[in-house]
Amino acid sequence: MDLKYSESDEAFRSELRAWLARALPELPAHPGREDWKARRRFDTDWQRRLFDAGYAGLSWPREYGGRDASPSEQLVFLEETTAARAPNVGVNFVGLLHAGPTLMTEGTDEQKARHLPAILRGDEVWCQGFSEPAAGSDLAALRTRAVRDGDDYVVTGQKIWCSFGQVGDFGELLVRTDPDAPKHRGISWLILPMDLPGIEVRPIETVLGSSEFSEVFLDEVRVPVANRVGAENDGWRVTQVTFSFERGTAFVSEMVEARRLLDDLAALTADQVDRRELGHIAAELDALWALTKRNVSQAARTGSPGDGALMIKLAYSETRARLGELSLRVLGRAGLDLDAPEVGEMVEERLRTLSLTIAAGTSQIQRNIISERLLGLPREPMMTL
Amino acid sequence: MNFDLTADQEALRDGIRSRCVSRFPMKRVRDGFDRSVWDELGEAGVFSLRADGFGLADAAIAFEELGRALVPGPLVWGHLAAGRAGGITGGIDVVADGPVIVEHLDAIDALAVIDAEGVRLVPAAVIAGAEPAARPLDPLTPVHRVGRLPDGDRIGGIDLLTQWRLEGAVLIGAFLVGIARACTDLSVAYAQERRQFDRPIGSFQAVKHILADMAVRTEVARASVHAAACTVDDPQMEVTRAVSGAKLLAGDAAVTNGLAATQVHGGMGFTWEVDVHLYLKRAWLLGTAFGTSGAHADTVADCLPAKGDTP
Repeated sequence: MDLKYSESDEAFRSELRAWLARALPELPAHPGREDWKARRRFDTDWQRRLFDAGYAGLSWPREYGGRDASPSEQLVFLEETTAARAPNVGVNFVGLLHAGPTLMTEGTDEQKARHLPAILRGDEVWCQGFSEPAAGSDLAALRTRAVRDGDDYVVTGQKIWCSFGQVGDFGELLVRTDPDAPKHRGISWLILPMDLPGIEVRPIETVLGSSEFSEVFLDEVRVPVANRVGAENDGWRVTQVTFSFERGTAFVSEMVEARRLLDDLAALTADQVDRRELGHIAAELDALWALTKRNVSQAARTGSPGDGALMIKLAYSETRARLGELSLRVLGRAGLDLDAPEVGEMVEERLRTLSLTIAAGTSQIQRNIISERLLGLPREPMMTL
Repeated sequence: MNFDLTADQEALRDGIRSRCVSRFPMKRVRDGFDRSVWDELGEAGVFSLRADGFGLADAAIAFEELGRALVPGPLVWGHLAAGRAGGITGGIDVVADGPVIVEHLDAIDALAVIDAEGVRLVPAAVIAGAEPAARPLDPLTPVHRVGRLPDGDRIGGIDLLTQWRLEGAVLIGAFLVGIARACTDLSVAYAQERRQFDRPIGSFQAVKHILADMAVRTEVARASVHAAACTVDDPQMEVTRAVSGAKLLAGDAAVTNGLAATQVHGGMGFTWEVDVHLYLKRAWLLGTAFGTSGAHADTVADCLPAKGDTP
């Protein structure tokens, strides 16, 4: 049990740090929050720079263009890019952390060859189409129908909370292919090209006034059967694979970011009661970072991140909410202006992170999963996860 | 970087665990601390782990198991004082405000005292005028109120004081993680067995969510204690920040889980017969040892940028 990075990790760190020092000043100015075309251009341009420098898809195998980096190198990457305030993953989130890993595990050779290199280069942006208005926590209740017609599925229905729906080239789409089967057994996972006829994307305005989520309406959209990932009606299992990436790894960069924000907030905080709360939150974030190190160490040894990974999302999102509340308390009336220089970002972050205990499985659903899968408690009657 | 337990550490954990299960069942634990407990743990090498070449991380793994079994006694003090004092050694950190309350005074041979200048050792026999508490908060940790502690012999200065405070906080933290874990295990077992409305109460989300939070709290605190122990063994970040964070989280996890376990056990949780109160009371007691949660939170905060600093 040791926390020390190896010499090769440290060599990787210096090489990366030197590259960031050269690359970051060359970046164009970050575009306006609601200029989605420009944001896509900025984020995919950053992804391309990472790719050209050999830093894209650190965790991905070499055969898909990744670096096959060790887990500790991935943590070093997150530490350094955050410390240098490099752009975050942005609109590449779904492709890199969600759809890509799912295709790697479950996709056909053609699907992998078509999409994985493109995601890595920043040529392809993905969005998510899982939730529906009547299928949120009870995701398996989804009703979007896909009816087989020759080599196509004809898809009709409505999706909601599609991350980056406005700029996505492809969507991860869950559909019902067997309406007569029990609800978990009639679902399939499709790759949805977002330019097909019959797709309408309507942005949702969030509490931030932002529109990273959309509703997507599907009206007899013809999706090739070749776009199915996994077997027909086996989509629920494939979805669990997607979730294991979403809940297990996608929050790691959030956590490093939160530690930076905590330092920023500390530099504004004099009150002893507030500082004590800061100390408490810092201890929790330090512990979650240690738990992340434990998870990646276990993953390296056993291939599975272990119990800790199930817990990270729940614990982090709750701690992050405390940090957000504290930031508003510290800022006081200075926090009433979202565009205030230097502190506006903190207020905006408080609003954004309201979603953390809801998205990717609410805290309540996470507690169900932990108590049933880890602690072995019986399911509540009439409810299946 | 490999933050997983090594095979040796897993073997150490399993060894201490099986010894606790066979030698310290709750029936014996409820009899409290005596020389036989001390001698047995001594034979098991619990106090001499460091002298035998193990690190603080290894000791933390052992102490977590002792906490899980709620083994009574001044075990952390015994570990710190190993090689410096003979016989059973208890201890007290008198820098804390308030009355001087000494634990296990009737059972110990000597008392290690952390004061402003370092550490001194006082033979228990020369401590006069000690008033025993008829009803100690933790029934397995008898306490005496002491007016004035004799001087005794100084065995170390500020360096030893600093080392003991750090190591003591980590080991108490590990013991507290064990308590948090035991409270979770007891509650999960009870929630599976206790039936109401024709089904196990552990099937209700109102109950299982409490249990999930207990498990998460324990795991986060454990990672924190292990990280602190590794940092003391091989300093690479601020040691005080890591140690204070660990004691803080472990103390909060043990108390919060003790309270949650009481709630999950319902009326039974309010009885002397069920073990939950013994865990909760020890968690409260250890929360006062080697720094309170508030003091440790302040220490972590002092490691953060100050107002006006450029982060």
